[in-house]
Amino acid sequence: MTKKVLIADDEPNIVISLEFLLRREGFEVVVAVDGEEALTKARAEKPDLVLLDVMMPKMNGFDVCQAIRADADLAGMRVLMLTAKGRETEVSKGLGLGADAYMTKPFSTRDLVAQVRLLLGS
Amino acid sequence: MWRKIAPGKQAENQQTMLNAPVIIAVSLLYIGLLFAVAWWGDKRADQGRSIISGPTVYALSMGVYCTTWTFYGSVGRAAVSGIGFLPIYIGPTLVMALGWFLLLKMIRTAKANRITSIADFISSRYGKSHLLGGLVTVIAVVGIVPYIALQLKAVSGSISLLISYPEIVMPGRSATVPVFADMSFYIALILAAFAIVFGTRHLDVTERHEGMVAAIALESVVKLFAFVAVGLYVTYGIFDGFSDIFQRVATDETLRHLTTAIPSGQGYTGWFSLTLLAGLAILFLPRQFQIAVVENVNESHLKRAAWLFPLYLLLINLFVLPIALGGLLHFAGQGIDADTFVLTLPMSERHEALALLVFIGGLSAATGMVIVETIALSTMVCNDLVMPLLLRLKGLALVESRDLSRVLLGIRRGAILFILLLGYLYFRLAGEAYALVAIGLISFSAVAQFAPAMIGGMYWRGGTRDGALAGLTAGFLVWGYTLLLPSFAKSGWLAADFLTQGPYGFALLRPQQLFGLTGLDEISHCLFWSFFANIGTYVMVSILRAPTAVEASQATLFVDALKHSRPVGAALWRGRAEVTELMALVGRFLGPQRAESAFAAYALRHGGVAIEALDADAELVHYAESLLAGAIGSASARAMVASVAKEEPLSLSEVMNILDEASQLRTYSRDLERKSRELEAATGELKAANVQLQELDHVKDDIMSSVTHELRTPLTSIRAFSELLRDDPKMHLADRERFLALIVSEAERLARLINQTLDLAKIESGNAEWRGSELDLKEVIEQTVATTDQLFREKNARVELDLPDGLPLILADRDRLIQVMLNLLSNAVKFLPPQVGCVRLTLQPVAAGLEVAVTDNGPGIRAEDHEIIFEKFRQVGDTMTDKPAGTGLGLPISRRIIEHFGGRLWVESVPGQGATFRFFLPFVPAVISTENAPK
Repeated sequence: MTKKVLIADDEPNIVISLEFLLRREGFEVVVAVDGEEALTKARAEKPDLVLLDVMMPKMNGFDVCQAIRADADLAGMRVLMLTAKGRETEVSKGLGLGADAYMTKPFSTRDLVAQVRLLLGS
Repeated sequence: MWRKIAPGKQAENQQTMLNAPVIIAVSLLYIGLLFAVAWWGDKRADQGRSIISGPTVYALSMGVYCTTWTFYGSVGRAAVSGIGFLPIYIGPTLVMALGWFLLLKMIRTAKANRITSIADFISSRYGKSHLLGGLVTVIAVVGIVPYIALQLKAVSGSISLLISYPEIVMPGRSATVPVFADMSFYIALILAAFAIVFGTRHLDVTERHEGMVAAIALESVVKLFAFVAVGLYVTYGIFDGFSDIFQRVATDETLRHLTTAIPSGQGYTGWFSLTLLAGLAILFLPRQFQIAVVENVNESHLKRAAWLFPLYLLLINLFVLPIALGGLLHFAGQGIDADTFVLTLPMSERHEALALLVFIGGLSAATGMVIVETIALSTMVCNDLVMPLLLRLKGLALVESRDLSRVLLGIRRGAILFILLLGYLYFRLAGEAYALVAIGLISFSAVAQFAPAMIGGMYWRGGTRDGALAGLTAGFLVWGYTLLLPSFAKSGWLAADFLTQGPYGFALLRPQQLFGLTGLDEISHCLFWSFFANIGTYVMVSILRAPTAVEASQATLFVDALKHSRPVGAALWRGRAEVTELMALVGRFLGPQRAESAFAAYALRHGGVAIEALDADAELVHYAESLLAGAIGSASARAMVASVAKEEPLSLSEVMNILDEASQLRTYSRDLERKSRELEAATGELKAANVQLQELDHVKDDIMSSVTHELRTPLTSIRAFSELLRDDPKMHLADRERFLALIVSEAERLARLINQTLDLAKIESGNAEWRGSELDLKEVIEQTVATTDQLFREKNARVELDLPDGLPLILADRDRLIQVMLNLLSNAVKFLPPQVGCVRLTLQPVAAGLEVAVTDNGPGIRAEDHEIIFEKFRQVGDTMTDKPAGTGLGLPISRRIIEHFGGRLWVESVPGQGATFRFFLPFVPAVISTENAPK
């Protein structure tokens, strides 16, 4: 069964590259360009994994992650946080809020794909 | 001589309250009240709940200055010379208001050195000299005892006036009354008893008498009340107010001269002399020294006394002129002595109660003066005359006697009785003589002789014992020759030709035209010659030889009294002593119990050891000596301590070294204090700087974090696209081209970001290069619009220009202004709606400069974001509006550029109605100095 991935980022070019990458790897892709849209799409589309940027308009990635974890309907959804802020505190904050993994921008596309596959157990 | 006044038509045998028994009873009651108040004051002091700890009591007790000479005499003087009585009160007022620092220095010095009288003050200053203390005491006794006599005479006169009521009989020679029938004799005895009970209750090292001070303060209130009462009665009861009295006087040929400013016969010289004399008297009269210096509880009380005492003087003088003029009008031609107006005016109007009140007021003026003066003089006589003599009489039982405190008290008490009896004797002998009547100013002039030695001693280190002795002797002799002897001659006790011809016919030596000096009143004449001799010899003899070691050390204590935080006296002693011997010595004069408690207190302050374990070092010896000084005077104390301690005398150079060290230490400690204050301030500044640094560090962190975020974002895209291209060689050509274009655009964004970050950093650190030139803003705007033409065309947007010609040039950097305009224009284009976008550019002159506005018809900016958009990396907006183009630095850089040229950049916008970015540039840039800012 095809796994569904939600890409949440406000940088259009990053979205374009991630979308292309993940489709090529055989995933179904949904896109959100701000925090609120990310949460709405997470609830509506029930993706298996969310690639979640931290710095987004309207609602930041930490809050989205927290909301996902607080929502019983979304139990089991994997969250991979992506951020350009690579400081330790950011990483631990994200993991503390329930993210499954954390990657710092710029990332290697191979590593990202490997990480996504690892999280989805495939 | 008896002068009878016809009683008029009043009934002769009318029942009256003014008879002898009533007067005696009231007098005794009043003095009884004084005893009660004093007793209460002492009791409270013993309980530690002082009633004189307030500044008001201190200021009121200074009112002891106002004696019967004020109470009765001011009116007498005013009746002769109009406002000629005033200098006696102007002098003290000036000294209290302007010269209080003299008094402060005297208080501080006296407290530090346990000085208990003016004789002790002078003696101590000039090396603790017995001779000097004795001389001052002699001058004080000779000058003051007649003054005490005058008080007794006034009391006696007022009694005899009252007793003859309802007739008004001028008091004649009281000698006609036998001593034992004379009430003033008994009053003198009662006053002696008061002075003994409350002035010598015990030997106190500070010689303070709280009960006595309380009683004196009460007396000041009573006499002021009585005088104001009679003043009000005369002014508004007998006459019809001030103006009534003065109008009547103005129409009276014989009285009119009294209302002129300087009445004839008393020139400005006289005014000056009297003012000076009274100003010195308030400082150096023994009773004033006692009250103002010795009895001072807290030197801060001086602050209130500085205005309250002058106010007291003003109040007690308010009605002098009305009473004097009213009396002259009322008793015209009846031969009533003006000195008695205060009493005779209410008597003539049959106002018995008021007359009795006035009598009590006069009594309070007399008793206050007599009590304080006697106590002050007895301290001086005991410590500076009798004690030195006793100490010199070897073999006297004194040496063996264990406890001398009783002997000491006995001497004090004897001295009190002796002084009062001396005063009474003088009053009986002198009677109505001129020598007694004029004693007020004669007495002041005697006391004024202390001034050079006192003031010189407090401010001139060079004054010596010999100088002070010579000056005082010379001044005292000239005073005796030019003022005292002439007063004897005027009393008929000396041949009159002593005055008119000079002694043995030497006209040049005529005592009141000495060496042909004429044209001065007798007081000015005396003051001139006595001060000439006094100051002259004091200075001349003082500079003949350098001060000795002990003179120099005492001089330092006195001259630097306000500088020392800690007395240096102890540093100026070297030798060995035994604690037990010192305590025994102090015990002999203060009583063993007092000595022991004083030593115990000292031991407690020095580590709480047992008295026997104390180290008899210089400090303890100094302490013992100062304890003794309070009881027997500093000179005797010095002699006694020297008798039990093995002392090594210090040479002058050693003393000088110690004083030098002390002053160096003072300088060091001042420096240290200053340094530590500076350090504290520096610490505070450092703390503040640290906080600021932490804040800056925080800000820097945020910026670094923002910068890295902004840099990583385009890098992320570039890397991702590059890897996609690398990993997929078979990618469609269209995708390939699209991705490559994106990589290029992101790389451009990255470069722009780096450039702008560096640019902003340069501007902020002041390292940016600015080129100033005069330029035409219109031309700059047009050029920018031309370069951005492409941007507008891509969006199909219009540009409207409203740029008037002929505006003044401004001074700015052309490239920087183009940078600002580019930023604003590209910013505007970014938010324009597609197809219908329109940007409007206007340029207009405003006050002192030009204003440029860039208006778009985009979505507008919320008010809360109006400032945020000028912060670094703070782009606002909901969408990814053309995000890769913006760096979030354009507006912050633009604002800094405009501000650099003294202008302002801001935004005006209502959401939904577009936005207007507006900047103002002044013709004359206020700030182009950033180039010189610290790098």
